[in-house]
Amino acid sequence: MRRGLLLLPLAIFLLMLVFLFKGLFLDNEDLPSALIGSPFPAFSLPSVEEGEGMITAADLKGRPALVNVWGTWCVACRVEHPVLNQLAEQGVIIHGVNYKDDTAEARQWLEDFHDPYQLNISDTEGRLGLDLGVYGAPETFLIDAEGIIRYKFIGVVDERVWASELAPRYQALLDGADQ
Amino acid sequence: MIRAMFLMLSLLLIGAAHAAIDTYDFQTEEQRQRFYELSGELRCPKCQNQNIADSNSPIATDLRREIHRMLNEGQSNDEIVDFMVMRYGDFVRYKPALTAQTAVLWFAPAFFLLAGLLVLVIMLRRRQRAQHASRENHLSVDEQQRLRTLLEKKNTDD
Repeated sequence: MRRGLLLLPLAIFLLMLVFLFKGLFLDNEDLPSALIGSPFPAFSLPSVEEGEGMITAADLKGRPALVNVWGTWCVACRVEHPVLNQLAEQGVIIHGVNYKDDTAEARQWLEDFHDPYQLNISDTEGRLGLDLGVYGAPETFLIDAEGIIRYKFIGVVDERVWASELAPRYQALLDGADQ
Repeated sequence: MIRAMFLMLSLLLIGAAHAAIDTYDFQTEEQRQRFYELSGELRCPKCQNQNIADSNSPIATDLRREIHRMLNEGQSNDEIVDFMVMRYGDFVRYKPALTAQTAVLWFAPAFFLLAGLLVLVIMLRRRQRAQHASRENHLSVDEQQRLRTLLEKKNTDD
């Protein structure tokens, strides 16, 4: 009995060691979005392209889509861009939110690197980004046909991320929308 | 050598002290106080271990501006915190709300303190009882006298 009690602190210590060791490998960069399951925030913003009307949240409805938050100032977005181009070619619907950016530079970027986006929302003030809880680009939201946010990925979407995180969810939404 | 290290350390500290300086006008002194309070207790979503008052990341600047705007609109502290939590989740609160998920955070320190006190009390009681018991094991003066006579008797018998 007494000997068992003596071993108790050691047992607690070992238990804590396991927890803390696990904590070392936790990815705490990934905050769960508070917006998952809620509708895409209302907005009315101009397009990056010239001569287009205002875009609102209603324009995002109809089909499941990716909403990609990007900016020309964002180095990682440049890495991600070819992947988005490729996905757009495969028929994935991607909308862009040009976040806190210079519109002229954004236009130039889309000209230079190809434009994978169906809608090009221009959020120069960052108001929509704030409503989306964006804290760094690139961030990619997955919305369903009703415009409900289903998933959020923070960081560069590469082929691995697409295949493991986004593609299955996107496909599930497509299948759901067909029924 | 030590002087050089001091110099380097103080240079490092200058960098920290210079973070995040921007100017805001407030209608009242009370609003200014609330601004400090809120930007002190809200956590920067990007930089993880800084509040939005200390951080000079772009998102913290935006959030400070947003707090300033909402204060000028006359919104309450609760409304402003709710606004942030709706967008960035519970993560942004350095003072998390008491929910089932955060109950461990709130009650664990008190629990451990109480558990520690309990163990301390038990140990002290045990020790006291052991001392008491060992005192009872001692022979009283009369008993020692008797023991001595018994032993002497045994010795003379031999």
